[in-house]
Amino acid sequence: MGLLNKSKSGVRRSAYGDFFVFLILCLVAVFMLIPFIYAIVQAFKPMEEIFAYPPKFFVVNPTIENFYILSQLTNNMWVPFSRYIVNTAFISVVGTIITLIISSMAAFPLAKYPFPGSKIIFKIIILSLLFVGPVTSVPQYVILAKMGAINTYYAVLLPALASPLGLFLLKNFMTQINDAMIEAAKIDGANILTIYYKVVIPIVRPAILTLVILSFQGFWNNTGSGFIYDEAKKFLPTILSQIVSSGIARVGVGAAASVIMMIPPFVIFIMLQRRVIETMAHAGIK
Amino acid sequence: MERKYYIKEIIKYKSCYLMIMPFMILFFVFIVLPVISSFVLSFTNFNMLELPKFAAFNNYIRLLLDDDVFLIAIRNTFVFALITGPLGYFACLIFAWLINELGPKLRAVLTFIFYAPSISGTLFIMWAFIFSGDQYGYLNYFLNSLGIIDEPVQWLNNPNTMLIIIIIVQIWMSLGASFLAFIAGLQGVDRQLYEAAAVDGVKNRWQELFLITLPSMGPQLLFGAVMQISAAFAVSSICIALAGFPSTDYAALTIVSHIMDYGTIRFELGYASALSFVLFSVIIIINSVIQAVIKKYADS
Repeated sequence: MGLLNKSKSGVRRSAYGDFFVFLILCLVAVFMLIPFIYAIVQAFKPMEEIFAYPPKFFVVNPTIENFYILSQLTNNMWVPFSRYIVNTAFISVVGTIITLIISSMAAFPLAKYPFPGSKIIFKIIILSLLFVGPVTSVPQYVILAKMGAINTYYAVLLPALASPLGLFLLKNFMTQINDAMIEAAKIDGANILTIYYKVVIPIVRPAILTLVILSFQGFWNNTGSGFIYDEAKKFLPTILSQIVSSGIARVGVGAAASVIMMIPPFVIFIMLQRRVIETMAHAGIK
Repeated sequence: MERKYYIKEIIKYKSCYLMIMPFMILFFVFIVLPVISSFVLSFTNFNMLELPKFAAFNNYIRLLLDDDVFLIAIRNTFVFALITGPLGYFACLIFAWLINELGPKLRAVLTFIFYAPSISGTLFIMWAFIFSGDQYGYLNYFLNSLGIIDEPVQWLNNPNTMLIIIIIVQIWMSLGASFLAFIAGLQGVDRQLYEAAAVDGVKNRWQELFLITLPSMGPQLLFGAVMQISAAFAVSSICIALAGFPSTDYAALTIVSHIMDYGTIRFELGYASALSFVLFSVIIIINSVIQAVIKKYADS
């Protein structure tokens, strides 16, 4: 039990309590991991083992043939698999960057400058955290259609750029910044844009990194379904469900695709995890 | 006199307005405008090909009196929301609290493991294979070999079991932003409060939790509630992916799926908007209630 912190507060913690906690956490961790392990295992199974009966969980003869099939599979029917990866990567990176810029630019005045309307605007933004799914997506389709944006990347990018969650986190974090630094910059003659760029951004880096994770993951897992129907422009999640639903024979390939899809958001999260927690400390609605 | 002052203020802060402009434009066009037009459309019949035709309260009357499937959807959605909402919320809270007790390295690992499902996007499809209705499904095989069942159970096609499976999967995915917010909030509680409490006779970790920890986390609890409620009512893609669309006896139909049905398949956008608005109002009401409750608790 050397891994468990000694009680920080002095309140008595029984050894039974500690052990019990540890056990529950382990069980839940296993539960959480089941699909991931399953996907990884399936991805490396040759076809015979996928359909072996009785079904075995772990793989006996690992093979990378599923990944190979994956890269060839969509060639015949649709477009090369790499195309989907490119589409998704492009939109995730571009979308994240633009979201960052726009959200932080908006969060700063809301946080530190009491201009007329700032309170109302912020309240509306919090309210919009509740807007969900079809309340916005059905009319969004109409608006995008009128703009001629359906079936382009814009259709997926534009609605997601003004992310209320991102603004909310950034604004809360920025509000905590020491006013003195901003005052000092003002005295030095900086205008708001310069203050934003030179003073605020470096300080709120944890919040920005959090927004990177949430944003990236939102874009990466976005199917864009309904807004995009050109095969060449589709995204990874869409093609994944297409593969999986095209029949039981594709289970191994589908698992391989899932594994590939899993990796980028994970990597980003692992790298930025500590900063994220730091940001979330200020994610409060007072 | 006041008016002049007001205008002066606006001019003084003009650079602020410029800075928030990109966001606000996008926000207005893609979030505010859709909501407003959704509301307006709900009083019309609109099929995307012709201009909307005014239909007064027809849509609302229809959804209240005429649409049996909607009633099923309401029941399903509420069952989901009432189970996965609080369960997910308390799961976030409890696990954040449990993890908090551990050393930093273990905590980081477990945080990642617990958070991973919520960012895994479409991975929940894997659950479809585990719960698969034929003999290849792992759960079926497992139960079979233990002798608990004789034939494969159609988990995802049987109306009785469908909901439960989806609830399990939803909870699996629900340790998301709220979870992180709680972890952060827990770390931010003042240490001295704990020590003072220990001196005052707080005996075990449960008392500590209710008397000290939770009240200090008010803002995070609120944030978590908002996120969970939105998520709980928005369940639809999981249902479609696991149980099919439509599902047997509509047992897995949620309001959002129903709206999708009318909006994107039947192109009855007026009706879909009316449905969305009902959903939206429900969410707002529940949210206000919960926020009031939490605020009261945190202030006590």
